[in-house]
Amino acid sequence: MAALTLVQSVNLALARAMADDPRVLVLGEDVGIDGGVFRATDGLLARFGPERVLDTPLAELGIAGLAVGLAAQGFRPVAEIQFSGFVYPCIDQIMNHAARLRTRTHGRLSCPMVLRMPAGGGIRAVEHHSECPEAMFAHMPGLRVVVPASPARAYGLLLAAIRDPDPVIFLEPTRLYRAVREEVADDGAALPLDRAFSLRPGADITLIAWGGMVPEALAAAETLAAEGIDAGVIDLATLKPLDMETVLAEVARTGRCVIVQEAPVSGGLGAEVAAGIAERGLDQLLAPIRRLAPPDVVVPAPRLETAYLPDAARIAAAARETMAYT
Amino acid sequence: MPATRIAARFEVRYTRLLDAEGKAAGPLPGFARDPAALVALYRAMVLTRTFDAKAIALQRTGRLGTYASSLGQEAVAVGAAAAMAPDDVLVPSFREHGAQLWRGVTLHELFLFWGGDERGNDFAGPREDFPISVPVGSHALHAAGVALAFKLRHEARAALCIFGDGATSKGDVAEAMNFAGVWTLPLVFVINNNGWAISVPRAAQSAAQTLAQKAVAAGIPGEQVDGNDVIAMRAATEAALAKARAGGGAHVIEALTYRLSDHTTADDASRYRSDAEVSQRWAEEPVARLRRHLEGAGLWDKAAEEALLHETAATVEEAASAYLATPAQAPDSMAAFTYAAWPAALAAQRAWFAPAPAGTEG
Repeated sequence: MAALTLVQSVNLALARAMADDPRVLVLGEDVGIDGGVFRATDGLLARFGPERVLDTPLAELGIAGLAVGLAAQGFRPVAEIQFSGFVYPCIDQIMNHAARLRTRTHGRLSCPMVLRMPAGGGIRAVEHHSECPEAMFAHMPGLRVVVPASPARAYGLLLAAIRDPDPVIFLEPTRLYRAVREEVADDGAALPLDRAFSLRPGADITLIAWGGMVPEALAAAETLAAEGIDAGVIDLATLKPLDMETVLAEVARTGRCVIVQEAPVSGGLGAEVAAGIAERGLDQLLAPIRRLAPPDVVVPAPRLETAYLPDAARIAAAARETMAYT
Repeated sequence: MPATRIAARFEVRYTRLLDAEGKAAGPLPGFARDPAALVALYRAMVLTRTFDAKAIALQRTGRLGTYASSLGQEAVAVGAAAAMAPDDVLVPSFREHGAQLWRGVTLHELFLFWGGDERGNDFAGPREDFPISVPVGSHALHAAGVALAFKLRHEARAALCIFGDGATSKGDVAEAMNFAGVWTLPLVFVINNNGWAISVPRAAQSAAQTLAQKAVAAGIPGEQVDGNDVIAMRAATEAALAKARAGGGAHVIEALTYRLSDHTTADDASRYRSDAEVSQRWAEEPVARLRRHLEGAGLWDKAAEEALLHETAATVEEAASAYLATPAQAPDSMAAFTYAAWPAALAAQRAWFAPAPAGTEG
């Protein structure tokens, strides 16, 4: 077993899926000889050849549409969009075709494709390289939306996404690509795509996060523990479908929660989580549901990024306020 | 060496094999000497037109949804589809009823689809053909994906994608042509240039002299064909598909035709074009043209025509009755194909489909 970064575990899962299933193809911009701008596809061209790893022309819309055609023909395309800020031209293909080809044809044709892309901020990148588009995708019927937050979960979730019979949007938190190493067994074991992960039990308050916010929530929980507040942390991991059962079970025990969202607040995924708690867990709550998310501004350029992103200090502060509610 | 030289040249050929009177404008391809082949094309165009008229009648009486007529453009769809091998894949737009019927989609399935029932896309016949694509031009990329699949599997098959003149203004089509060119994909694009994209005429769509030349920028050949000449359409498409299946790459055929109908049953073309323009175009229409050719060759007469119209009307009426007698599906069927299996995490949502009282939870 090797200690891998998240991007290395993505690479390992891709290689594993390609070795296991000849229908799996990798395509995208610079995914071949360059191995991807983050090296997520490094070595795949040499190992699997140019008929399995395709460097495409520079056309995001085209990559998504091409994957729809390949998937309808029985391939399992794993397409890379170089940054989530460039995924917007693909929306027509994802919304109007990938997510509804099965419905449109009553199951005659389907679209088992994965569109993976780096997402989120925290790497001091230029404009359009720090977006969190998860809520937009989670609103589209027919899609699954997955955001891994650790190397081991990235491996298992990506395998699950590739094996899933329906389209999956796989958002890889750029800031976590090389943040930590974790032991990852290349055992081919997929993780479920309908389960949240309770990473840390807590008696007093539940911190709910996904993607790049998960390590921040874990750090906040450490800080809070030193203050005598026992905070639990949930990694939602799969945002569509959303595992509210795990969330409700944890919140029922603690009665208090902070939902941490990196994307701007309005219409975000955090609102969906909050609504689910309010609808089914209101009588368990000891304090109002707290959403911690940046205001409705454009993701700022790098010099102001830290003032925009939620972090462990803000999460801990929100948790203290929620604990103070009586 | 001069400072400036010609870096590239191109030409776009135009082909018409039958003139408007149905007379051969030059040597005809081999299949055109086979009476059965010509009659089959004629029958398919008549069936398409009869279906079209019935679909409009049903829509006008509230028994079908908004419908896109293919009146006057039957030769594009039928000619192109007739050139296909059964295991080629059709990736159509929404005006290629004639191609779908030729490929084995049934009248009942077409009526179902246009009547608002997606069971009509679950073709019993051409299982790999794509369903109608409503968003303009976006299906060109699916055709590129299908063609890439053929190429990667080393299969001697080709994809045929049809879209309108308006679609050539879209990035999807440009990207699809670019993929097809750079990867030498077995893919034939047919541009059904019917002169109008709803209210926008061809001249306001692009400053390019021909739409076929959009292929040139993608490094693939493009040609114009008289789209009201079903013999020319079949011949050109056959040649392009044969080349594609043999590894020769993609091809663009711009079929020049005319939309004799409104854009759809929701459109009123009199708002943007004159009756005089439309009347003039009737002289070029494809069904009468082939009929005159058949009559001139002694292959068709009034009795044959009457028999065909009678038979076709009966066939279409029967399919329409079967469609009208098909009950709608149960409401919960709308969740049956959202995913391969409805996610357990969303299970409570299906309470929406409970008979009464209406309402949902979670």
